[in-house]
Amino acid sequence: MTHARRLTLAHLWVAFAAFAIAAVLGVWQMWARSPLPAPYLTAQAYFTSVTAHGVSMAYVLTTFMVMGFGYYVAETTLGRPLPYPRLAWLGFALGILGTLMAAATIFAGNATVLFTFYPPLTASPFFYIGLVLVVVGSWIWCGLMIVAMLDFKRVNPGTPVPLAMFATVANAVMWLWTTVGVAAELLFQVIPAAFGWNEAIDVGLSRTLFSWTLHAIVYFWLIPAYIAFYTMAPQAAGGRLYSDTMGRLTFILFLIYSLPVGMHHLFMDPQQSSAFKFLQMSFTALVAAPTLLTVFTISASMEIAGRLRGGKGYFGWIAALPWDRPMVLATGMAFFMLWFGGGGGLINMSFGMNAMVHNTSWVTAHFHLIFGGTVVIMYFAIAYAIWPTLTGRQPASLRHQRLQLWLWFIGMMVMTLPWHYLGLQGQWRRVATFNYADPVIAGWGPWVIVSFAGGIILLASALLFVWNLLEFHRDRAVVAPEHPPIYALAVHPPNRVPAALNGFALWNVLVLVLMIAAYGYPIAQFFIIDAPEAIVHRVTGGG
Amino acid sequence: MRADTEQDILKTELWWTALVTAVVTAIMLAIIYAGLVHHINPPSNIETVDPKTLHLTGEFTEGNLGTRVDGSQITSRIVATQFAFQPQCIVMPANRTVTLRFATPDVIHGILVTGTNVNTMIIPGYVSQVHTVFTKTGDLLMPCHEFCGLGHSQMWATVRVVPEDEFKPGPDGRVTCDAR
Ligand code: HEM
Ligand SMILES: [Cu+2]
Ligand SMILES: [Cu+2]
Repeated sequence: MTHARRLTLAHLWVAFAAFAIAAVLGVWQMWARSPLPAPYLTAQAYFTSVTAHGVSMAYVLTTFMVMGFGYYVAETTLGRPLPYPRLAWLGFALGILGTLMAAATIFAGNATVLFTFYPPLTASPFFYIGLVLVVVGSWIWCGLMIVAMLDFKRVNPGTPVPLAMFATVANAVMWLWTTVGVAAELLFQVIPAAFGWNEAIDVGLSRTLFSWTLHAIVYFWLIPAYIAFYTMAPQAAGGRLYSDTMGRLTFILFLIYSLPVGMHHLFMDPQQSSAFKFLQMSFTALVAAPTLLTVFTISASMEIAGRLRGGKGYFGWIAALPWDRPMVLATGMAFFMLWFGGGGGLINMSFGMNAMVHNTSWVTAHFHLIFGGTVVIMYFAIAYAIWPTLTGRQPASLRHQRLQLWLWFIGMMVMTLPWHYLGLQGQWRRVATFNYADPVIAGWGPWVIVSFAGGIILLASALLFVWNLLEFHRDRAVVAPEHPPIYALAVHPPNRVPAALNGFALWNVLVLVLMIAAYGYPIAQFFIIDAPEAIVHRVTGGG
Repeated sequence: MRADTEQDILKTELWWTALVTAVVTAIMLAIIYAGLVHHINPPSNIETVDPKTLHLTGEFTEGNLGTRVDGSQITSRIVATQFAFQPQCIVMPANRTVTLRFATPDVIHGILVTGTNVNTMIIPGYVSQVHTVFTKTGDLLMPCHEFCGLGHSQMWATVRVVPEDEFKPGPDGRVTCDAR
């Protein structure tokens, strides 16, 4: 096994181990919120669990997945060994150390601040330092991805960077920008307060800095799924990518528009003006563009595959697709969930309608559908596609993989549809126990139980997923082909592409300009108006 | 779909891009329209208040909390603390424009009123102000909707919406739940 593959395997196992633990916690949380009596339920236990679930799913699963997949893409698309593998292992070690530190503080009851850790509530400083270490590990990854691309360009002047790698570097560049906000919040505000060096904190500023990170981070999680849509799904379906240029454009648009939009998380906040909320909402609307472009390009690519396989008529090509292949099946399900999720997203982003859903279960349901559904189902498909090349073995039948994907899809639907409905009824989020004696809340009970049932299906799927991965390592697995084609060719593979579509220098300048426009004054205002500070509230010591 | 030449593909993609642009523009216009015509605007008044002295001086001292009528203005002032609202119940008349003002001396909270569009964050350091018209009478639930500590699940208040003719301020202009 090459160095990069060993790295990939290590990262992905950490990602999916965190995922499996978090799935168990998630189901217990659903139980706790339902009218059925759940074991071990106290407020302390619930918020410990939600903190662990959120941190594992949103930070550990995703960061390790993005890094591991990035190393894989770099090695397989560029056809050269990964630069500085020792540094890559250092990044991995920092990530593990950070994760263990954060986990220890959470399970000791010293970090019940949830994964968004809004000050002035403050946890043990080691919770934040752990998270910072994970981020520093990911910065090493960003650097390595950029170096790998530059090396490739130097050795192959004029050759386009392969799309999958171009997208991976777009993500690395975006992530460097993204983490500036939360890093500033943690290093200058929260960690000093957690150590007791500060007794007060400017909360308006900290929320604004966090919002800088909060939207783009979602695209960081999402881009592996989009890489799979553009490069792996058309190949698995037996077709070609409709347009390589559109792919490049999409990832550039994500880089540009995922950053100056974070303030849509602050629509209901009193410390920012309507003008800047409105500006950032306008940019948010533009983020819909790359997603719609993707829907089109991927549908067209799939249509090509379906027609090559003999599909006829307007819809005949859909039936002709090889739905028995996990990557194709997962892509179909991911798109289905994307339609629902995208529609919900439009409601969230609109300035006024946000008031109807802000901080209700609608929001939690929305991101479970789009992130836990669309994105994570593609993580599964990616794992199934690349694991045979990591272990050299694969199970004799794909039946269990298909079953696992179906369970995830059905479970997600059963869990999130009633959850959305409850949000519209006014059910609010982050609650350990509801007062089902209240007649309004009592009416919600049956729907919460349906959601809980969906959660149980999801847990079954999560456990089956881990079991399926173990199958690749078993003796009874059959030998896998050594170099299966993974990435689709474009219908017209590019010979040359303009420099703007082959690198990021220009786009970084644009991001800088947009960020100054979108966040310059909203951050500066806290120093101008001399905003009053809030007293730090420490949650350490199990209480 | 034609994909014989690069040009074909480019042309199709451009059509689609134009369509996407049109859809995004339409959505934007709808939002602007809603904002201007229906005055659907999120609370954004950037009005500061010092959390450390909130209960000692000024508008949010205990005696000044709850609903108060001042001329044609109906305003209710509420303090959110870990883990209760002061007061726990406020009275509001139906079908009148009312103003709710919130502040907190401790951590971040937030509120929504079930069955309405009333929704705001409550951030230490700022006053959150919402204007609304309640149309249905009865007791509405007003929970804290942002995690504020271990007691968060137990933090809620009641908005008692009464018919306009039953909304009778006392001589000091105040209306409380106990008085009824
Ligand atoms: C087994 C499947 C899952 C179940 C049953 C589940 C259930 C839950 C529940 C009940 C909550 C608490 C909501 C609240 O208190 O308002 C929650 C929160 C959350 N879940 Fe999941 N979840 C699952 C999978 C996932 C996945 C796959 C992801 C993302 C990859 C995810 C990410 C999150 C996040 C980020 C939170 C937010 C925590 C917070 O509000 O601080 N969950 N989940
Ligand atoms: Cu609260
Ligand atoms: Cu709360």
